[in-house]
Amino acid sequence: MVVVEDLHVVYRVYGTNADRGTAASALLRMVKRQRRPSIREVHAIRGMSFVAYRGDAVGVIGRNGSGKSTLLRAVAGLLPAEQGAVYTDGNAALLGVNAALLEDLTGERNVVLGCLAMGMTKQETTEAKPRIVDFSGVGDFINLPMKVYSTGMGSRLRFAIASAKSHDILLVDEALATGDAEFQRKSHDRIDELRAQAGTVFLVAHQLSEIYETCNRVIWLEKGQIVKAGDDVPGILDDYLEASGSERRFRELAETAAPAGD
Amino acid sequence: MVHFQGDSCPIQLTGCPGHFRRKLTVVNDRGRLSAPGKLSGAVVVEDGAGTATDDRPEDNHLIPPGSLRDLALGHGLKQTAVVPPLRSYIAEIWQRRHFVTGFATARNIAMYTEARLGQLWQVLTPLLNAGVYYLIFGILLGTNRGVPDYVSFLVTGVFVFNFTQRTFITCSTVIRETLPLIRALPFPRGCLPLGYVLIELQQLVLSFVVLFVIVVIAGEPVTPYWLFIIPVMMLQSIFNIGCGFILARWGASIDDVSQLLPFIVRTWMYTSGVLFSLQTLSLTFSGKLHDHPTLAYLLQINPAAVYITLVRWALLAEYRDALPGAQPYNHAKCLLYRTFPGNPHYVSYSAYCHPTTLPSIPSLWLWGTGWALVVAIVGFLFFWRAEARYGRG
Repeated sequence: MVVVEDLHVVYRVYGTNADRGTAASALLRMVKRQRRPSIREVHAIRGMSFVAYRGDAVGVIGRNGSGKSTLLRAVAGLLPAEQGAVYTDGNAALLGVNAALLEDLTGERNVVLGCLAMGMTKQETTEAKPRIVDFSGVGDFINLPMKVYSTGMGSRLRFAIASAKSHDILLVDEALATGDAEFQRKSHDRIDELRAQAGTVFLVAHQLSEIYETCNRVIWLEKGQIVKAGDDVPGILDDYLEASGSERRFRELAETAAPAGD
Repeated sequence: MVHFQGDSCPIQLTGCPGHFRRKLTVVNDRGRLSAPGKLSGAVVVEDGAGTATDDRPEDNHLIPPGSLRDLALGHGLKQTAVVPPLRSYIAEIWQRRHFVTGFATARNIAMYTEARLGQLWQVLTPLLNAGVYYLIFGILLGTNRGVPDYVSFLVTGVFVFNFTQRTFITCSTVIRETLPLIRALPFPRGCLPLGYVLIELQQLVLSFVVLFVIVVIAGEPVTPYWLFIIPVMMLQSIFNIGCGFILARWGASIDDVSQLLPFIVRTWMYTSGVLFSLQTLSLTFSGKLHDHPTLAYLLQINPAAVYITLVRWALLAEYRDALPGAQPYNHAKCLLYRTFPGNPHYVSYSAYCHPTTLPSIPSLWLWGTGWALVVAIVGFLFFWRAEARYGRG
C-alpha cells in the first residue's frame, strides 16, 4: 500500500548555462560569498496526493517531463520530499530503462548479486538463478558483461532479477518498452502474479494499450500535478488521448471486450 | 480483463472536451495547488507552456476522505526516505553479508578483465610499485636514511599505506559508481563501502605475499613475529572501514572531495613515515623534527604511522632490533647514531638510545586499537545518518 500526501519534489540542477564556467568567476563568487548561480531548482512534483492499495496496478501517464519518473523515484524512496510525504508498507524496487546494475560484471553475477542485495539467502539465490536466467531469455549472453547487452536484453534481465522476489511495491518505468512482444507478454503475466501476491505495482508507459491491459487504476500527470486519477482506466486514457489530439478508443474497446472477458 | 469501475467514472467530464485547454482559475479546495511556503523565491519552475496548469482543478478519485497521514499510520505504513533505526540497519547489513563478499569478489575479478594479463595484475601491480621505489630510493639515491635494510622498510611502508590510500580513493566514489544498483534495488547502502574495503583487503593479501617474498630475498628471517601482522591488518581494516564510510558519504554529496583527495592522501603519506623514518627525523641532530618532540610524537601516533610501524616491527627483524630502547642505553653509541645517521656502520646503533619522545610498541598497539574502534563507530554512524539520501541526483 502506498499513501502519497501532498508531495512536492524539487530537483537541484547543477551546471546550467547561467554560469560563465571559468575558474576566475568561480573564485570571484566564493570571495563575494554568493551562491552558485548555476544551481537551478526545478519543481518537478507540485503537490500530489493519492492512495494505492495492495493488489493495485497503477498506470502513470503523461507527456515527457510531466513528472512520471520523478513520482516513481519518490515512491521508491530515492528522492527527498521537499514537502509532504510518501508512506509505504515495505520495500520498493524501481525498474528503469537506465538502471544498468553493475555493467562490467557478467549477467550471471548480476543475477546473484541482485538476489543477495534484495535480501535473499545464498540458497534461495542458487534456487532462483536458473528461473531468472530462463525468464530473462538472454541465453548465452548470461556469461558476458552486461555492458555488451542490447537495451532490450539489459532491461529483460533487470526485470527478471527485480521480479524474482515479490516486492511489496514494484515500480516499472518504461522498462518493458524495449522488450519484444514475447517478453512483454511474459512480463505482463509476471506483473499480474505480483499483484496477486498482494503487492502494489506502478507502471509508467507511453504505450497506452499496455496500461489499459495491465492496470486497474490510472494517474494522469501534467507538469507535476495530477490532472485526473481514478479507477476508470478507459475513460481517463480516452481523455488523455483527446487532450493530446488523438481519437478516443479505449471506452469502446472496453465495452466490446468486457462481455467476452466475463 | 475486467476493470473495476466505481463511482469515479469521469463521464461527466467527457462532455466538455475543451476542459483541459481552458485556463481556469478554480483552486482546489485542499489548497494543494498553491506554492508551498517552505520554498524560497529561488525556485525556478520549469514551465515552458505558461502557467495554466497552476489553476487547473484536479480530478483525483484516488484520495479517500480524511487525513492521509492518519490513514497511512493507521495501516502501519512507514514514511519512505527516512533513516532506518540503527538496530535494524545493522541487522539488515548482517543479513546481506553474502552480498558484500560476493560484490567484492565480483568487482575484483571484473577489475582486470579488460587487461591481457588479466588477474596477473593483482600481483604485478604491487610488484611494479615496489620496483619503482627500489629503483629510485635503493639504486638512484642509494640512501639508507638512518634505517637498516632500507628497501624492505620502504616497501613495507608503501604496501601498508597503499591499503588505506586506495580505500580512501575508491570509497569516495562508491556511491556514484554504484548508482544504477542503488536506484534499482532496495538494500542497506552501508554494504557498498564495506564491499569496497573488502576488495582492497583482498588486494592487500596478495600484495603481502609479494612483500614476504621481497623481504626474504632482502635477507630478513622468517620469525614468529610475523604472526603479529594478522592483528595489525585487522585493526587497519576496521580503521579503513570507518574511513570508507565517512568518505563514501562525503563523496556522495560533494564531488570536490574526490578531486582534493589525492593531494590530502599524498601529504598524509609524507607525514606518516612511509619513505623515511619519523624516528630518525626526531632522534638525529640533523633531523627536521629534532627540535619539535611534540610534533614528532603526534606524527607517530597518527593512524597510518601506527599501522605502518607495527607491521614493520612485526615483519623486519633488523628494524625491530634497531628500535631505540632495544639495547641497554649506551651514550657513546647513541651519540654516534644521532650524529651520523646515514653511516651504514652506525645505522643500527639507534637501539642504544633512550626511547624518550617515541611511542613504545605497546602504546602503539593501544593507539592502533583506539583509532580503529573510534573511527569505525563514528564513521558508521555518520554514514547511517544519511542513509536515506544516497542515490539521489
